[in-house]
Amino acid sequence: MSVGDYLSGIFGNSPVKPMQQHMEKVFACVSELTPLFEGVIANDMKKVAKVQKAIATLEGEADDLKKQIRLQLPSGMFMPVSRRDLLEILTMQDMIANTAKDIAGTIIGRKMTLPDKIAKDYLAFVQRCIDACGQAQVAINELDELVETGFRGHEVKIVKKIISKLDKIEGNTDKLQVKIRQKLFDIEKDLPPVDVMFLYKIIDLTGDVADRSQKVGSRLQLLLAR
Amino acid sequence: MQVIAEYGTLFLILAAVFGLFMAWGIGANDVANAMATSVGSKALTIKQAIIIAAVFEFAGAILAGGQVTKTIRKGIVDVEALSGSPELLLYGMLASLLAAGCWLLLASSKGWPVSTTHSIVGAIVGFSMVGIGMDAVHWGKVGSIVMSWVVSPVMAGVIAFFLFKSVQVLILDKKDPIANAKRYVPFYIFLVGFIISLVTLLKGLKHVGLHMSTAESYTIAVAMGIVIAVIGIWAINRIKIDPTEDRDFHYTNVEKIFAVLMVVTSCAMAFAHGSNDVANAIGPVAAIVSIVTSGGEVASKSALSLWVLMLGGVGIVAGLVMYGKRVIATVGNKITELTPSRGFAATLAAATTVVLASGTGLPISTTHTLVGAVLGVGMARGLAALNLTVIRNIFMSWVITLPAGGILAIVFFYILKSIFS
Repeated sequence: MSVGDYLSGIFGNSPVKPMQQHMEKVFACVSELTPLFEGVIANDMKKVAKVQKAIATLEGEADDLKKQIRLQLPSGMFMPVSRRDLLEILTMQDMIANTAKDIAGTIIGRKMTLPDKIAKDYLAFVQRCIDACGQAQVAINELDELVETGFRGHEVKIVKKIISKLDKIEGNTDKLQVKIRQKLFDIEKDLPPVDVMFLYKIIDLTGDVADRSQKVGSRLQLLLAR
Repeated sequence: MQVIAEYGTLFLILAAVFGLFMAWGIGANDVANAMATSVGSKALTIKQAIIIAAVFEFAGAILAGGQVTKTIRKGIVDVEALSGSPELLLYGMLASLLAAGCWLLLASSKGWPVSTTHSIVGAIVGFSMVGIGMDAVHWGKVGSIVMSWVVSPVMAGVIAFFLFKSVQVLILDKKDPIANAKRYVPFYIFLVGFIISLVTLLKGLKHVGLHMSTAESYTIAVAMGIVIAVIGIWAINRIKIDPTEDRDFHYTNVEKIFAVLMVVTSCAMAFAHGSNDVANAIGPVAAIVSIVTSGGEVASKSALSLWVLMLGGVGIVAGLVMYGKRVIATVGNKITELTPSRGFAATLAAATTVVLASGTGLPISTTHTLVGAVLGVGMARGLAALNLTVIRNIFMSWVITLPAGGILAIVFFYILKSIFS
């Protein structure tokens, strides 16, 4: 016998925590890229297959979270940020995991290997791309503090700093990417041409992980800009 | 006249029982909304909330409940027009109590959102319109009551908006929110004590036999504010600031300081609720008592007996103690989004609005006012997600509860009339 359901009814489910959980999932998924490429370099197809499965599972879990969040944000929901911006950030987050899944899928499908000459640089490049994703997660983890301060004041400065660091990391990955392409170009005539084509594609996709992480940051910046 | 002489005691007992039942219902259900904000924000445990609510609801009912009771008792129906047949007013008020009680029972068992205030006002307007005549209703007064239902949530929303904005500017947006919280929270505490005592002193205390000049009222209100603020400072200094807790969420310690403020505003809210909602139960009782004790005079001049207010206070506390715990826990668990810094802004805004309404004698819905205040905090970008469909429910409650209370009251009115005459 509870009369006063409107008071509790007015509080919708906060999307902040689920957004952060989704980003956590995405980061876990992307982090698997290091063992994946380690397996590729070591030519350990068993390990590669195992990691690919793990990535696919994590990506699927992230997808489920994404759907749940979308369902709990009906249009009657009033939030301190626009619903559209929030949903776009969610899509961006999800794209990072999708990219990781594409990389793993392509590698397993073509039984790819990495030439020894670029192996070391490549691992550094992958690590930096994962860093970018991690930094995007740091930014998303500030969402609850942003809500607490009503998207104003000191907290905004903190988040802006986080985002500019994310931009720096992404710039860094671009440079690494150029370097790897250069090295691959030097040796490409000695390699099977189709393999080389797909190597370039994998390099692009790996770079995309950082690009899309950066996009999460810039979307977040849009929330602050109002 | 004969009827009153013959059945006077019976009417008194019936009125007291129905009134007590209504008050019990208010205590069991409505109080939960006033107190759940502090339980939800974890500023109080449920046990503490019950104790605070019991004390301040009772105080609010006794000290500031008189004006609204007067409105319910003789502001809506034109009692002068009934001086020839006071028994009609008796039946009507009894019928209104019954109608509102039954409607609330039905609605809450079905989980419909209803308001006690709307049920009783609808019931009284209903019986006087049909049972006595269109002219018997003070339409001007009814109009201002209905207006106040729209104005009160809006006003609470605006106050809450600015209160929370001020919290953002003064405390949350700063580099060192903890130090700023320690500095400014006592001022907010002062504000709570000052506003609530001032409105009560200016408007409410005449029936307790206290007559004070405006200057005296202001002085006492300032003193009250200072006393409460000093207690607040003492409580804030006792809080242990634990820097490790800020690692996960930077505002854990700030919210601890706001929790002190939240306790104070909860007291204010309970007081405000008692002052406004007690009238829903005992307004009709007061009307019946004054007719019976004066032996059939409509006696609109007679003062409100203190024991009637006591009856309401006791009923509310009884309902709260017997049943309120569970409701407070349920509602409190659903509103954990309301951290102390928001909860305080919403509750203080609502309490101020309700106490003002109580002083002016307007019966408003505490819950709707609180909803308005919460929306105000949301407008200041203070809450993660608000479900706006609730506003539709509020309108539904106006559209459905008023006629429902009215129709039931008409039915009971004619039943009572045919039994006794």
